[in-house]
Amino acid sequence: MEDGRVTVIARVEALGLTKRFGDILAVDDVSFSVGASEFFGLLGPNGAGKTTTIRLLTGILRPDRGRITIDGIDMLSEPFDAKMRIGAVPEVGNIYADLSAMENLELVGRYYGLPKDVRRSRSKSLLERLSLWDRRNDPVRAFSKGMKQRVSIACALIHEPPVLFLDEPTEGLDVQSRRIIIDLVKEMNKRGSSIVLTTHNIEEASRLCERVCILNRGKVIAISSPEQLRSAYEKNLAVEVSFDRKIDRCVLEECATGAVEEWGDKFRLMTDDPDKTIRKIMEVRAEHGLKIISIQTVAPSLEDVFVKLTEGSK
Amino acid sequence: MNTRIVLRSISVTAWKDVKIYYKKAPVWIFGLLLPAFLFLAFFIGRELDMRENFPGFLAMSLFFTASSVGPLIIPWEKQAGTFERLLSYPVSLSTMVIADILAGALFGTVISLIVAGIGLAFLDIELVDIVMLVVMFALGNLCFAALGTLLSASSGRVPSNTMMLSALVRFPLIFISGIFVPLAQIHGPMAYLAYASPLTYLVDGFKYSLGASSCVSVSIGIAVLVIYGVLFLALSIILLRRNLLRGV
Repeated sequence: MEDGRVTVIARVEALGLTKRFGDILAVDDVSFSVGASEFFGLLGPNGAGKTTTIRLLTGILRPDRGRITIDGIDMLSEPFDAKMRIGAVPEVGNIYADLSAMENLELVGRYYGLPKDVRRSRSKSLLERLSLWDRRNDPVRAFSKGMKQRVSIACALIHEPPVLFLDEPTEGLDVQSRRIIIDLVKEMNKRGSSIVLTTHNIEEASRLCERVCILNRGKVIAISSPEQLRSAYEKNLAVEVSFDRKIDRCVLEECATGAVEEWGDKFRLMTDDPDKTIRKIMEVRAEHGLKIISIQTVAPSLEDVFVKLTEGSK
Repeated sequence: MNTRIVLRSISVTAWKDVKIYYKKAPVWIFGLLLPAFLFLAFFIGRELDMRENFPGFLAMSLFFTASSVGPLIIPWEKQAGTFERLLSYPVSLSTMVIADILAGALFGTVISLIVAGIGLAFLDIELVDIVMLVVMFALGNLCFAALGTLLSASSGRVPSNTMMLSALVRFPLIFISGIFVPLAQIHGPMAYLAYASPLTYLVDGFKYSLGASSCVSVSIGIAVLVIYGVLFLALSIILLRRNLLRGV
């Protein structure tokens, strides 16, 4: 407390992170902070620098420039203490296939200095929660991808870290494993852990994250809440319409102020004036003797914002 | 730096190495069967003076066993994706390398102690200097376990490639280090190679400790093994750090 003001220490603070691999600038002056109990998303197209950023934040790589603090502890000068406060699930499946689920958790618990009884009880409760208790003594090599990922998540949670980094945790998983993992992560977040999530699944990020950081070509191009990002692009509205029979897209081109896209049996007309667009659609309907099956105005989704912000990156 | 966490990181990593990698077939094939076959090929059926030749065989078994675990660990972990995960725990590249060296040295110590015990119990071998024998055991195991780790640090993520590289490096060493041909009988350019090999100093140190004829002062032998051990450790860390940046 200073002059009546409370100084809140960010759980994760990245300041001016820069990392170069040869000629490639993978991360370029990236700065952001993640507060206590915040669910924070890192989004970006392939090669945007998300995984490198996570590798820097978790102490796997050292930045060429910049500063990282975890709970106020400097990752570069006190890496062991900083790493004690994080749990990480890297992108690639990464548990010991020769060990059982229980032995994997036992190993990780030892790294964090948990006493034997705590290791045992937390392993039991995590494996039960992740529906793996019956298979606790089987070697992990016999597990499905979803089960391996559940063990991997359990390994990141055994020491109940204040900060959890998840790099594409549900990529390629079955619905059941995906739900179990998301529910557990949400529960951790409710209990006070800050979560940093990278994902390609923009809907998932939109549903889970309080704020998202969009990276492109190693740079931060936007940090905000999904709702604020969407409202910043509110003028990019669309009208979706479907008719009783198929018509040529060019018939609708004069109705929109932007592009006209075919979305399955619907047309999406980008517009900054939905009222005018709907009137013109009605004219087209009368002119061609069409019957409207459905019509609605659509606000931009986080995916639309993401595409808008990162277009041209390919 | 938090010393307690550092020491725990080393001990837990070494424990993990023992638990997972001691059971792997390449460790037993390259660490035990190979020196045993070499022993059978060179020593059995020939009327050799065991007092003169046993120290060489003991050094060879220590050399092979201590350097057999290291080449396996890092490529195996990189291939399985556990290498990077390990670095996100309270572990650093340096503590990981030190732990891998300790796990290799422990394996070498156990096996070569058994070999030494058999030699001392059943062969006409005299123990002249037990302190020097213990020192040579410790330094030899640490030095050659570090060599094993260096071999794995310098190669990629395919364990079989690393095992091949390790065979390529280890085999020539046993032929130039006074195991099969005494150091005093090696002349010319081969003598330079022999004196450049760290294994030479282990063989000679064992010869001194077990009452055979030795050529090099034991203090020089100790110094050379320490220097090589530190060099292998430092190079392992440097190469691993470089490879991590290159994504290898």
